[in-house]
Amino acid sequence: MGVIKISNLHKIYDESKIPVKAVNGIDLTIKQGEFTAIVGPSGSGKTTFLNMVGGLDVPSKGKIEIDGINIGNLPPRQLIDYRLNNIGFVFQAYNLIPVLTAQENVAFIMQLQGKGKNERNKIARELLETVGIGDKIDRRPGDLSGGQQQRVSVARALASKPKFILADEPTANLDSKSTNELLDLMLKMNKELDTTFIFSTHDQRVMDKARRIITIDDGIITSDVQKN
Amino acid sequence: MIWSIAWRNVWRNKLRSLVIMIAVTIGLSGGIIYYAFAKGLMEQRIEAAISNEISNIQIHNPDYLLNEELKFIIKDPENIIHKINKVEGVKAVSSRIKAMGMASTAETGTGVMLNGIDAANEKQVTKISEQLTDGKYLEEKGRIPIVIGQKLAKKLNTKLRSKIVITAANTEGVITYGAFKVVGIYDTENDMFDELNVFVRKNDLARMLGANTSDVNEIAVTLDTHEQTNHVLTILNDEFSKNISQKEILIRPWNKIVPSLNAMIEMMDFLSYIFMVIILIALAFGIVNTMLMVVMERIKELGMLKAVGMNNKRLFRMIMLETIFLSIIGGLFGLFISYVTIQYYGHYGMSLAAFQEGYNALGFSSIVYLEAETSFYIFTTVLVIITAILASIYPAQKALKLNPATAIRENN
Ligand SMILES: Nc1ncnc2c1ncn2[C@@H]1O[C@H](COP(=O)(O)OP(=O)(O)OP(=O)(O)O)[C@@H](O)[C@H]1O
Ligand SMILES: [Mg+2]
Repeated sequence: MGVIKISNLHKIYDESKIPVKAVNGIDLTIKQGEFTAIVGPSGSGKTTFLNMVGGLDVPSKGKIEIDGINIGNLPPRQLIDYRLNNIGFVFQAYNLIPVLTAQENVAFIMQLQGKGKNERNKIARELLETVGIGDKIDRRPGDLSGGQQQRVSVARALASKPKFILADEPTANLDSKSTNELLDLMLKMNKELDTTFIFSTHDQRVMDKARRIITIDDGIITSDVQKN
Repeated sequence: MIWSIAWRNVWRNKLRSLVIMIAVTIGLSGGIIYYAFAKGLMEQRIEAAISNEISNIQIHNPDYLLNEELKFIIKDPENIIHKINKVEGVKAVSSRIKAMGMASTAETGTGVMLNGIDAANEKQVTKISEQLTDGKYLEEKGRIPIVIGQKLAKKLNTKLRSKIVITAANTEGVITYGAFKVVGIYDTENDMFDELNVFVRKNDLARMLGANTSDVNEIAVTLDTHEQTNHVLTILNDEFSKNISQKEILIRPWNKIVPSLNAMIEMMDFLSYIFMVIILIALAFGIVNTMLMVVMERIKELGMLKAVGMNNKRLFRMIMLETIFLSIIGGLFGLFISYVTIQYYGHYGMSLAAFQEGYNALGFSSIVYLEAETSFYIFTTVLVIITAILASIYPAQKALKLNPATAIRENN
């Protein structure tokens, strides 16, 4: 359950005259329940890598198998449904639907999944309670701080009961206090629900919280450290 | 929730949405009010034509229609009139002797249509008697009276109680004269009619032209309502099928008598619909433009929605709904404004005093009572929705083509 097996992954951007080898042969296995940070200098290929793992971008070569399913083989329409039901996303910014309240944002994902109104509202409330903003469920994103918005994002990512959550620099726009709180929250969710988290970061303090740190440089893995 | 997202999205950029809503409002009310104006104008023209000039149904000797001569009379008119009067829906029947002639004063002369009528019956059939600006309507007593139109009075430079001489060919084709005293002057909204038609007593005209006083060239029938025209026509055609097959008489409804009027109405109607479609095509460009701006502005948000699992169908529906809301709000305002305007001017009339002469010369009234059928409102509403749906396709397509990975990346 929840095993991501990546083999010989490549991504070459060749829209411009000089092709860019953003990901240049990555082999990696991530197991259920991991709390993994992807680190590396700017332009090293972190976002490109996460996008492919999340099924947002198509690899130029290699494959990504999630529980035995090669997501590169899924037709576009099925891939969207696959993302909806199996992958949670937390982005750096523009994460939430600005016209919906916190609760509606979380419930919306479940509506896309076809859950009933009462059920999704109940789960949304509970999740927002868990991420610590149970008293602000009727606020719209614009009326929440950056840290609070990211908590809503985590709640939304969890709402679809995904196999794993991908977060591309989730703390890049946050101050250090909010960064700490968000990481603690993610760690708590990881422990309580056994949800896999894979996130990229530049931030040393964020890396310190990770239990596995994968360093990428020029599109290849240069180190892979497991902590205990 | 897609509905409520779409609805709330409309209000994200209030000014921009308002601009396009106002454009839709103005465009629609302009189109609808134009239609109601044209419709009112035409309906009034028909109403006037029927009540002043032609009545609902006319009966002639078919030969008279080919050649408007005194001698082509209707056989046994008493019996026909008697039978028509018994048909349900018939309000009144009038019989006329008609002849072309010259009306002259000491100064000048002009061609006229002589209508020899029975005043009591004619009053029931046409409303000329109610449109006198001066004098009275063919009183029974007094010396050979005549009622003429104001336009003719002006042309002949004559006035009430003056004498005019009528010249016409009698039944033998010999030119005869008669002196008439102007006892009434009428004024309808149709200058052409007023200039041409004069009314005299049937007996006076028959005597002058050597015809029988019981001769009839034309029978005019007025009904309780115009809607009954076709129904009564069928009954009459049935009743007199023998006379018709023997080519003794021909029965025609108003729209066959003046087919040009009918064609004009259909034309006006058609043009109004075309006009409405053109307005909406113009508005569609504005709507497309607004929605394209919306999509461009929300690239990241739309990318995020695709990333987290919103499929194309839902994305399309969301954008389409936003477009429909955007258009329909302006549409509803437009309908409301035009409804109120039409109700108001439908009741009090829209005065075009400044253009009175031009309108009257063409036979139209210068006070127009606006009117619009419910079906036109429905047509417009449906058209707005179709426009919105069509206008949403291109912007929505742009959104569908977004690659979520690149959309989210765009200069964070
Ligand atoms: N659409 C694209 N077309 C061409 N080149 C691209 C495209 N997207 C990314 N790249 C290039 O691919 C390389 C990897 O970029 P990527 O965004 O994955 O790096 P990153 O590690 O996420 O960087 P950062 O830490 O700044 O977010 C970079 O050299 C980048 O310029
Ligand atoms: Mg990046």
